[in-house]
Amino acid sequence: MRVVSLAGFLFAFWLALSGHYTLLLIAAGAVCAMLCALVGRHMRVADHEGHPIHLWRGTLTYYPWLVWEIAKSAWAVTKVILHPRLPISPTMTVVRAGQRSTAGVATYANSITLTPGTITVGVSGNTLTVHALMREGAIDLEGGGMDSRVTRFEATA
Amino acid sequence: MSGLPVIVDAASWLLILLGSFFTVVGGIGLVRMPEFYTRMHAASVTDTLGAGFLVLGLMLQAGFSLVTLKLLFLLALFFFAGPVVTHALAQAALHERIPPLLAEDRRGKAGAGGEPEGS
Repeated sequence: MRVVSLAGFLFAFWLALSGHYTLLLIAAGAVCAMLCALVGRHMRVADHEGHPIHLWRGTLTYYPWLVWEIAKSAWAVTKVILHPRLPISPTMTVVRAGQRSTAGVATYANSITLTPGTITVGVSGNTLTVHALMREGAIDLEGGGMDSRVTRFEATA
Repeated sequence: MSGLPVIVDAASWLLILLGSFFTVVGGIGLVRMPEFYTRMHAASVTDTLGAGFLVLGLMLQAGFSLVTLKLLFLLALFFFAGPVVTHALAQAALHERIPPLLAEDRRGKAGAGGEPEGS
């Protein structure tokens, strides 16, 4: 099932990038997409972790929320950069990732890194080490708001 | 731009200028920040808001076409590959024992997801 979906996505991607629609080229694209999907299955990347289509419903609300978070923190970092005294307070902290699947933990870790001002520098199991530009950013993460948002996203599967 | 409604053209240029602004701010941050890890935070302004606004503005210029779709793929690439690269860079720096300049180290105190303490 995931292999079929992966082949479908690859073929759509091929069509979008190609722009040439003759029978020969489209057939070649379809064959390539199927081959890649089969290789993907063989390499075990077409599983719930590498191709997590079961999360699609959650992405409809999670990504807009994440984009807004990114915009807010990017603006905060912008103000710090342009501030004459450069008021940074770099902080390292550890946060717990409450997600059950590896795809969930990876989503949380990547979301932390995507929001400017915080970077996940280490992952071991469910413990993330985070470097924050401002102390407040680290304390926000320790509060666990984003963590529970990602856990809810993961639970929509 | 020929054939582009003035309002779309203006919105597009507004987005492109906003994107340029955040890109330049990221560059200024790179110069002003004191060390490696804090510089990475400044760079992330460039590849989120900077790249985001620029690509949105370019999408309006391209209109409803394959080019717009390709720009969308570009944004998706930033979105998914960006944090992986940033993470790899930061982790490599830690492995090389480049010491982060810290105002506070909460790794010991905070506990895994514990309550923030008022210190």
